[in-house]
Formats: sequence, structure tokens, C-alpha cells
Amino acid sequence: MLIRGETGDWEMVLGLEVHAQVTSQAKLFSGASTAFGGEPNTQVSLIDAAMPGMLPVINEMCVRQAVLTGLGLNARINLTSVFDRKNYFYPDLPQGYQISQYTQPIVGAGVITIDLPDGSTKPVRIARLHLEQDAGKSLHDQDPHRTFIDLNRAGVALMEIVSEPDMRSPDEAAAYVTKLRAILRYLGTCDGNMEQGNLRADVNVSVRRPGEPFGTRCEIKNVNSIRFIRQAIEYEARRQIEILEDGGTVEQETRLFDARKGETRSMRSKEEAHDYRYFPDPDLLPLVLDPDWVEELRRSLPELPDAKRERFMRDFGLSAYDASVLVAEKETAAYYESLIDGGRRDPKLAANWVISELYGRLNRTGTPIEQSPVGAGALGELLDLIADGTITARTAKDVFDTMIETGRSAAAIVEEKGLKQITDTAAIEAAIAAVLDANPDKIADYRAGNEKLMGWFVGQVMRATGGKANPKLLNETLREKLKG
Amino acid sequence: MTATDLTRLGIAEALDGLARGAFSARELATAHLEAMAAARNLNAYITETPEQALAMADASDARRAKGEALPLDGIPVAVKDLFCTKGVLTTAGSRILENFVPPYESTVTAKLWAAGAVMLGKTNMDEFAMGSSNLTSYYGPVVSPWRAKDDPRPRVPGGSSGGSAAAVAAAIAMGSLGTDTGGSIRQPASFSGIVGLKPTYGRCSRWGAVAFASSLDQAGPFARSVRDAAMLLRAIAGFDPQDSTSVDCPVPDYAAGLDGDVRGLRIGVPAEYRPAELPEDIAALWDQGIAWLRDAGAEIVDISLPHTTCALPAYYIIAPAEASSNLARYDGVRYGLRVPADELTEMYEATRGAGFGAEVRRRVLIGTYVLSAGYYDAYYNKARRVRALIARDFAQAFQRVDAILTPTAPSDAFPLDAPTDDPIRMYLNDVFTVPASMAGLPGISVPAGLSRAGLPLGLQVLGRPFDEPTVLQVAQALERAAGFDPLGALAPALAPAK
Repeated sequence: MLIRGETGDWEMVLGLEVHAQVTSQAKLFSGASTAFGGEPNTQVSLIDAAMPGMLPVINEMCVRQAVLTGLGLNARINLTSVFDRKNYFYPDLPQGYQISQYTQPIVGAGVITIDLPDGSTKPVRIARLHLEQDAGKSLHDQDPHRTFIDLNRAGVALMEIVSEPDMRSPDEAAAYVTKLRAILRYLGTCDGNMEQGNLRADVNVSVRRPGEPFGTRCEIKNVNSIRFIRQAIEYEARRQIEILEDGGTVEQETRLFDARKGETRSMRSKEEAHDYRYFPDPDLLPLVLDPDWVEELRRSLPELPDAKRERFMRDFGLSAYDASVLVAEKETAAYYESLIDGGRRDPKLAANWVISELYGRLNRTGTPIEQSPVGAGALGELLDLIADGTITARTAKDVFDTMIETGRSAAAIVEEKGLKQITDTAAIEAAIAAVLDANPDKIADYRAGNEKLMGWFVGQVMRATGGKANPKLLNETLREKLKG
Repeated sequence: MTATDLTRLGIAEALDGLARGAFSARELATAHLEAMAAARNLNAYITETPEQALAMADASDARRAKGEALPLDGIPVAVKDLFCTKGVLTTAGSRILENFVPPYESTVTAKLWAAGAVMLGKTNMDEFAMGSSNLTSYYGPVVSPWRAKDDPRPRVPGGSSGGSAAAVAAAIAMGSLGTDTGGSIRQPASFSGIVGLKPTYGRCSRWGAVAFASSLDQAGPFARSVRDAAMLLRAIAGFDPQDSTSVDCPVPDYAAGLDGDVRGLRIGVPAEYRPAELPEDIAALWDQGIAWLRDAGAEIVDISLPHTTCALPAYYIIAPAEASSNLARYDGVRYGLRVPADELTEMYEATRGAGFGAEVRRRVLIGTYVLSAGYYDAYYNKARRVRALIARDFAQAFQRVDAILTPTAPSDAFPLDAPTDDPIRMYLNDVFTVPASMAGLPGISVPAGLSRAGLPLGLQVLGRPFDEPTVLQVAQALERAAGFDPLGALAPALAPAK
């Protein structure tokens, strides 16, 4: 995507560093809980508080999650990796250093395919993934003169996933985070909850004339929603272009995104950049992985979104769009697969119901699909009633509304409200006769060539039968009668 | 048996006496507590723990009465104030921890208590174990019980485990724990005329010991005999899942196989440990040690450890680098000293400026410097490569020999008031101990004789990784031949009339 400036076109170059909280019961180097929302400082071990003489011990679960993620990103797994100390002073960093991985990360180069709004795809290369500790939280709003520290997060495992600068538009950056998040959630290695800060991104932005070498980049720290990522990129690219077009130069610096004002602000310049004095953590030995264990994990990988989408298209005849929508969230895909029951139910009909009917209703209340009041089994029973002709598709939508409201089964609602489809020819004929008798002028119009009135007649009869008339039967009979 | 007699027993003898019912653990503890009170002028202890001592002694007597005595049951010991002790002030010799009472117990001290030992108190030390004299302690210097023949000036006990060494030499602890990073057990053992053992890196857990330089720190015992040191080592050694650098290999009964038999052992004598400026009396004692081992049936082999002279400079890059990072946690935020200020950076500066002494500040600055961007490769990375070469020197030597014999330190104990304005001179104290530390090897200092001035001198025995049994065997052969009296300091100074 090119941006038009005063002096010609510009291209943005984007790279992302995504910090994903590892899904694990305990922290990266201590046994303290990682649960969200605990009272401040209730999930802090002696190690997390950096008491004298305390030593880190690696949590095998976190290593497993990082390796699984690396495999899911089609990346090289480094059988030997090293933990380093990143030294800086801050009150929410009790050790005075963060244990991270610097020169030898656990996961090396990989690649994922992102899906763009126009239906095209693009590969984005992953440079590396490394494990590191999260810091605690400074609470500045508790007291006018003092800052309080909550160490519940301190020591929680993060995966920092670094992309190559392969993205060229906010859409691509958004698609990258969306796909990365989907992969992590499929793998079960990060819950991807951006509101809780479990997935956040540092965005590197630079601009250049098309075909020229990369420009100087700025890093926008800690952007915590896809919408903000787009906004931050758009603002920052525009800012850099303005500087360059005015004859200035972009200074390499770290910036913050102010979500309220929708702008980025300088945080620290290159000169003020920390010297983190990385060196190998002498409390930890190099992390050496057993290749057989890695292979075992590779074999245990779940089906990931791209493979699932391909299968949905191939096996169920779904369109690329429908398949993409259904695999975007693993819960949706699971719901859908449960709904079609191994292909026993019509896959296309089921896809339409999930995408249009179910999503439409859940979105209204902001309910996630895994908390849907109508489970896949219950919706499946409704689809069965359509398939065997018990109710019409139109009736089904009303029944579904009631199911969403009450959580009752489709069969019970149909029974109670008497919504069974009318397939009795005599009954349909009687309803048609009543409508025709009341509208001789419309019949004349129709017979004079206004065939559009057909739809109007169908509607009238449907209304008269409470939508229960079998549509095919109704259409056929009505057409006969109108011929006269 | 008088109280004085009780404090002069070795661990093996004391266990024997306890077993025979000649005296109780309480009597043993009481005798030591009284001696401690009488020897406070040495300043060996930062914190005495008489209540714990008596309670632990009573518990020990109760176990023994039930026939459930533990391996070290009732033995009164002192612990370097670097080990966190639950509910007992732990200062690391620093003002910054002047009020720090840990809610947890270090692994090695927990193991010692689990073996039945009785805690007498926490011993003085160089601040954060940085020093070779015990002069950097915020709690004042430790005075050695030893005096030179013709010079009444008080002497240093060596360091950094100076209090632990002086306590054992002065018979105000039957044994003690220290830590050795570049020589902090072996050098004070040499200065104080006792046995000091630094185990292989990874042999003892570092969990709960305040860190100085994590890749070098190792806990170890002081005692008045090689056998006693072996018994203490057995109690504290072993794998700890809480320390990723501790090694999971079996702990032998070090004392059981100990008979000082060195027949057929090949003992290496490294040429690089005999610089021109080595004092004659130390060179002579080394030669004497070589002769003793040869006479005992060992084969003496001349060896070369070519990178020896690089060890000290490399150590004084790696150890401060790690220390600068390890000591970052003392920031006034969560525990220890806090000097309030209006702004965060000022609070850090005020707290750390007031909390750390000059030597600690110097090493934090050196460490920060050598890790800085632009200097990292020239200093830290080069030092790491040198370290690998030193380890290779030893590995090659140990293909030809079973143990290595050297002097422990290049001098005897200097006076408390000796000039200390030149840190390099002070650092040279560790010149013979640092190489083995860099290679992670076990080493022991055995008191072997007196200097020309009449002060103790130790000989150092180094061994292969986890070959403490051979190191102890050679040490015992030296001990037997030397016939050194580790309580020699007490005869003129402290021993009461019988």
C-alpha cells in the first residue's frame, strides 16, 4: 500500500514484537500462580520478590509452550538456548534485571501466512521467539505522593515473538496479529486476551520511497489492541512522512501510543536508550532440549487455522470466506465441527447458520461463542427439523430466537407453539383461496402481467399460516391458482 | 571435663563424648556460648544466637536419649552471615541488610540442622563476601586469635569468611560454614591455622546464600581437622532442585574412607605458582609439603598451568560483573535499608550510597563498566574465554596427576592496620586460590606450618571435579606430617590455667 504525500508516494515498513503471556499455572522461574485478577501481591514467591539468595528454576511447562509455539510458527527449534540477564533499575523489577534470552533464543526463524481483506494471502517471516519474565505493575493512582507496586505479574512467562519487517500496511499488521493470535489460541499456548494485556505489541514503523532502502524506524511500545495498532501505525507513518517532506530526518527513538488522543509521543531517544548490559544468567544452565521430546511435541500439534480452513473448503465445499470466518477462532471452528457432526448435517447450511444467525444474535449481546446459550447440539436439532421438513427455514429463525432467549430445545418450542410446517395441500389451498378471494384487483393486475405480485401473494399466505406453509408447496399451488 | 576442654574438642571426639554420655549437647553449647562471650573482642560474630543454641542442644539431647541421634547431633557450629537463617538477622556484612530477617532457611544450613548441628550464631565477614581481610565488614573487622612472634599488632583472619575462620581458630565454634568465591574459605583458613574446604562448584546448594558471584560462589566448611571438615561437608553437600547449578551426583561418606594413604597418588606441582616474589618461608613450606607427600608414597609430578597469571585479572572482571547484577536487588524498595528521598532515582542513589561500603561500590562500578555496550567483548567476553583456558589447563593436568599441591596464599596474616589503599595489592591475596575457583574445582587449605613471623601458613590441595575424597586424603597426609596445632593461637593468649 502506498501513501500519497506532498512530494510523491511513500511506503511504510512494519515489524512487530508481540509479547504473548504463556498459558501456564506457574511463573517462568517460580511456583507462584499466574491467575489474573488476584489481590495485589498475593501471587508472589520469594523468588519473584527477589529476596536475597533466591534462585530461579525453569518451569518445564513454559518451555513446552514455547516449543509448541515455535513449531506452530513453522520455526526452527534451537536445541540449546541461553537465558540472559537484562539489567535495569525499576521498582516493579525486583531483581534489578529481567531474565530473558538475547543471543541464543529457544526458537529461531519461521514463517506464517496472513489473510488480507481482499482475500489474498502473504507470508510474514518470524525472526525469533524467546522466553522472558514479565515485570510487576506500578500503581500510581493509589496515593497522591507514593507509588505502590503489585508483583503478581512479576516473573510470569512471556514469549516475545519478533517478526521480520515484512508488513507494508496497517491491514497487514492487523492481519498478522490476528493470525498470530489465532495460532497461539489453537495451540493453547497463550489465551490472546488483549484486554488483560496477555497479548501486546511493540510496533516498529519506518517509511521509504518505494524501492529504496529502509528508513530510520521508531518503536511504539506496548500497544494492546488491534484497533490501536492500526491507529498507531497510521499516525506514526504520517508523522514520519511529514518530517521527511519538510526536509527533516526521523530520529530513531522509542515512542508511546496515546490511545485517547490517537497519537504517538516520544518516550526516549536513542541517546537515552538503556544499556541493558546483557550477560548469561549464571544462576541458570543453558537450556538443552531432547530432540525426541521436540519431535513428540511436533507430532502432538493440533490442526492449525490454515490447515483447518483448507479442510473445510475441501471436505465441506465451503467458500474461502466462510471457511476463514469459521476457523478464525478455535472455539467457532469447534462449534461448527460439532454442529455438522462429522458431515451428517449439511455443511453449507450449518455454515450459514453459524455465520449469519448465531453470530448476529451473539454479537448483539457481546456473548462469546463458548458461552452461547444455544450449544452446537441444540442448534443441530433445529437444523434437523428444517431438514426433515418439520418446520420451514423461516419458522426456524423465530424458534432460534426463542432458543437464544430461553435456552429451551427446538423441538419443545415447535411443539408448544404449534409451529410445525403445513404440508397438507388442502390447508394450503384453503389459505390461498382466502387470500385470493379478498384481493380480486391484485389478481387482475397479476394476470395483466405484473408478475412481481407473486411475491406479495406468497407473503400474504405465509402470514396467514404463521409462516408454517411449506414454501415449495405454497409456490406451486399459488402459481396454479393464479393462472385461473 | 572443663568448659575449656569441651570447646577444644574436635567434632569426632565430641560426638564420641556425647555418645558415651560424658557430657550433654547442652553442656557443649553452654561452654561455647561462654567462650564466645569471653572472646567478643575478636568480633567474630555479628549475631550470637544463644537461645536457638540451647533449644537446639536440648532437642539434640532428647533425640540422643531416645536413641535417634543424627550424624552431627549436638555439634555447635557457626554460620557465615551470608547464609539466610529463618528468623535470625542476616546481614551479609552490609549496612544495606542491617535489618533483614529472612523468613526462610538456606539449604546448606537447613541440612546442617537436619544433621543435628547446633547454631551458635552468625559470623562476621567482608561485606557481600568481597574482601580478603574481613576489613570491609560494616560490622567492624574481625581480629585473629593469632599474633606474630615479635609484633603485638592484631592480625586479620583473612576473608571474606573471616569470622567463621577466627571462630574455629579461637575455639568459639567447633566448626563453621563459609563461602568461597575466589578463595574466601581457603585464604582465611591459611591465615587462621585451620582447615578450610571449598567443594566443587555445584556440590553444595547456593539456595538461600546471599549471592556475590553466582558462577563461583560455593559453600564449604571450616574445621580444626581434615576429618571434621569431611564430616561437615557430608552434611551440607547434595543436589538441590531449587538450585539449577547444583549437581545431582551421590554424596559419599567422606570421613569413612579417610586414612591419609597417598601411596601411588600422583601429585602435581605447578611451576607457575612459584613466582620470583614468593616469600621464602612460603616456598620452603611448599617444598616441605612436597617432601612429606613423597615420603608418604606419592609420586611428585612437575606440571604447568600456563594461564595461571591470567586468572586473577579475569576473575576481577567476571566476579564484579556478576556482582553488579546480583546486588541490583538491594534497592531500598522491598527490604533492607531505605534512605528516603523525593524522587525514585534519588532514593536509589541515597540508599545504595549509604548501604554499600567502598569495596562493594568499587566492584559494582567495575562490573557495570565491563558489561557496558562497547566494552563487553574487550572485558567480559575475553575474561570468559580466559576462564575456559584456565579450566582446560587443569583438565589437561588432571590427565597426568590425581591432585595438585600449592601454597594457599602468597603471605601470612597481615596486621589490621596495614595499608589497604591499594585494592590490587589486596586482590593478590587470592592469586593461588582464584584459578581453581574459575575452573570450579575442589580445593582445601591445610595448616602446615608457621611463617618466619610465627603466623600460620596453609598448603592448598586441588582435585578433579567432585573428587573431594582424593583432596581430603592428600590433605590428611599433609596434616599428619605437619603436626600443626590449630589451637596454637590459644596457648599464650586465651587458654586459662588448668
